[in-house]
Amino acid sequence: MPKTSKVVETATRLTVRKTYKLYIGGKFPRSESGRTFVADGDNVALASRKDARDAVLAARAAQPKWAGATAYNRGQVLYRVAEMLEARRAEFTALGVPADEVDAAVDRWVWYAGWSDKIAQVAGGANPVAGPFFNISAPEPTGVVAVVAPASLLGLVSVIAPAIVTGNTTVVLTAGPQVAITLAEVLATSDVPGGVVNLLTGRYAETAPWLASHDDVNALDLTGVDHPDLAAELERAAAGTLKRVIRPRTSPDFTADPGLRPMTALLETKTVWHPKGY
Amino acid sequence: MFEYAPAPESRSVVDIASSYGLFIDGSFDGGKDGDVFKTINPATEEVLAEVATAGPEDVDRAVAAARRAFGSWSALPGAERAKYLFRIARIIQERSRELAVLESLDNGKPIRDSRDVDLPLVAAHFFYYAGWADKLAYAGFGPDPRPLGVAAQVIPWNFPLLMLAWKVAPALATGNTVVLKPAETTPLSALFFADVCRQAELPPGVVNIVTGAGDTGAYLVAHPDVDKVAFTGSTEVGREIARTVSGTGKRLTLELGGKAANIVFDDAPIDQAVEGIVNGIFFNQGHVCCAGSRLLVQESLFEPLIDSLKRRMATLRVGDPLDKNTDIGAINSAAQLARIRELSEIGASEGAERWSPECPLPDRGFWFAPTIFTGVTQAHRIAREEIFGPVLSVLTFRTPDEAVAKANNTPYGLSAGVWTEKGSRILAVADRLRAGVVWANTFNKFDPASPFGGYKESGYGREGGRHGLEAYLA
Repeated sequence: MPKTSKVVETATRLTVRKTYKLYIGGKFPRSESGRTFVADGDNVALASRKDARDAVLAARAAQPKWAGATAYNRGQVLYRVAEMLEARRAEFTALGVPADEVDAAVDRWVWYAGWSDKIAQVAGGANPVAGPFFNISAPEPTGVVAVVAPASLLGLVSVIAPAIVTGNTTVVLTAGPQVAITLAEVLATSDVPGGVVNLLTGRYAETAPWLASHDDVNALDLTGVDHPDLAAELERAAAGTLKRVIRPRTSPDFTADPGLRPMTALLETKTVWHPKGY
Repeated sequence: MFEYAPAPESRSVVDIASSYGLFIDGSFDGGKDGDVFKTINPATEEVLAEVATAGPEDVDRAVAAARRAFGSWSALPGAERAKYLFRIARIIQERSRELAVLESLDNGKPIRDSRDVDLPLVAAHFFYYAGWADKLAYAGFGPDPRPLGVAAQVIPWNFPLLMLAWKVAPALATGNTVVLKPAETTPLSALFFADVCRQAELPPGVVNIVTGAGDTGAYLVAHPDVDKVAFTGSTEVGREIARTVSGTGKRLTLELGGKAANIVFDDAPIDQAVEGIVNGIFFNQGHVCCAGSRLLVQESLFEPLIDSLKRRMATLRVGDPLDKNTDIGAINSAAQLARIRELSEIGASEGAERWSPECPLPDRGFWFAPTIFTGVTQAHRIAREEIFGPVLSVLTFRTPDEAVAKANNTPYGLSAGVWTEKGSRILAVADRLRAGVVWANTFNKFDPASPFGGYKESGYGREGGRHGLEAYLA
């Protein structure tokens, strides 16, 4: 993504540049591999297989507590992300993100924030079974979700927010590294617990296969994969542990109403029975 | 133990032909290459019928018939599709005695189960989904949900007709057409269902039944003109199907294996818990994907519970599936019996203590006495692998945290049981169990309105209830 207004470096004062690193477990480490790549003039961390595995560990460690937080609490956290994104909008427009896309991204966080304590009522409920039983179905997060994210800010938000609002944690392979890491800074200054969202910059074709076959990843979102052959290969690798796989047939229009599917695709339904009687 | 006189159900209510063809496009015909296989009564090893093996050409014909039928079937008003399904439900009720006897003959399950569990649930499932056919816009999947097209459905042998109902009813209600492959060892009730469809005057091609073994199923799920694949069976085959389907854009639902924990706390009502444990593992000879095959007993309750369980097991009647007093019928096949024996021997050789009641078994047929293993650790293969037979592994725990950790220590996540009189504990434990169905102070209950399906490697998607519609809607 081209930058439209990089600060001009003058002789009187040298600008302090930002180092673009990974976002794992709430921290901003360099790649353990020590590798970087150049993206739009910046040296950006090039995530390795080990970074991906570290990110899964962080996501798994964070998952029970995040899922165990009240839905009200998760909703407030997501709303806080919207607030922080709104406050930092200039950083994104400086990176070339159109202003209306930043607006849409903020609004998407707000939209999902509101879903946190409503999705269970829409996706679950009491089942009228033919017998003296109390029977209720409720959605639960599927666990750790590996995401190959689209490059745009709105695309990135549109895959992260529906995954985490219900209590999943994520390892996100990003394109557009400056936008992604700037979003990580938004997340880090909101109240999103470390490890709930982990962002890796680099080449997803290199890291995604390790996540697709990883035993401790529950679901794989392939929305950002633009090579059908690679998508099929990742899906095949995911079959080894029967991961839930999101594989949109055509590139989605992120400006449209997302509907429930981005959330429900990453939910399990648990049904509990109990007899009634004195 | 009370002595009962034999009380066999008459098999004269069912008329099994000597051979069966494939049900394609509304009529029966032989397979293209003339291959057949025999289906036997596992209680006697008597051959019940010869059944055609569907080869690639036959599957092609069945898929083509389903494709042709899809246009008009999906265009029917939902209310009309509903009436076909209501008809099917009624015919199943009317023929339920015949179908129950047939199911017990081909599968080996006790007539009490096929009569009182399988057949009532089959009819109820069609009734339930019939009612959805004209209400899909209200199901929460958008204002105008559309069917997917042709559904390839592959079902197991443990509940042959019930698994057919779980697959066919929601597919048809949502406007899809189907090609269904029943299991190789239990093809007959699906072929009788074809006759139910004929009696209901279901349009040709809406339901097609292709019989055969794994090759037929593999060809069907890989067929390029199939839009949806639904499979119930082992996790190993489920993985293969997921690989086959990857990259094709076909929708997939999988209902796979399990290794359910049945957790008994020391305040549980002991007699009810024992009944639940017995029902959990010995119902349907343990050929149940959601069977409570790992009993987790709180340490302080271990001795009285095991004593009581053994006393109860000594009263279980193993034998003739058609006898109305039989509790445990025949193991479905020689291959399954061999697997149960192998894992049981491994259990003993790994150091667990094996116990079965005195239990005379018939000379012919496939039989396995109800068995428990105590002293089982989490590392034992009988605590990790699905045995799919009447074999219970008993482990102990001290605290609720330990119970939950042990229950979740499996790649499976289909079902679980919790026994305690403390309501708050039920809710807290149920919350933390990674399983799609949690039975609290009960076990192995099923209902068409209740979603069923697994977490983790027990598969994905749900069958039953409003949730079950999603698998068949775009």
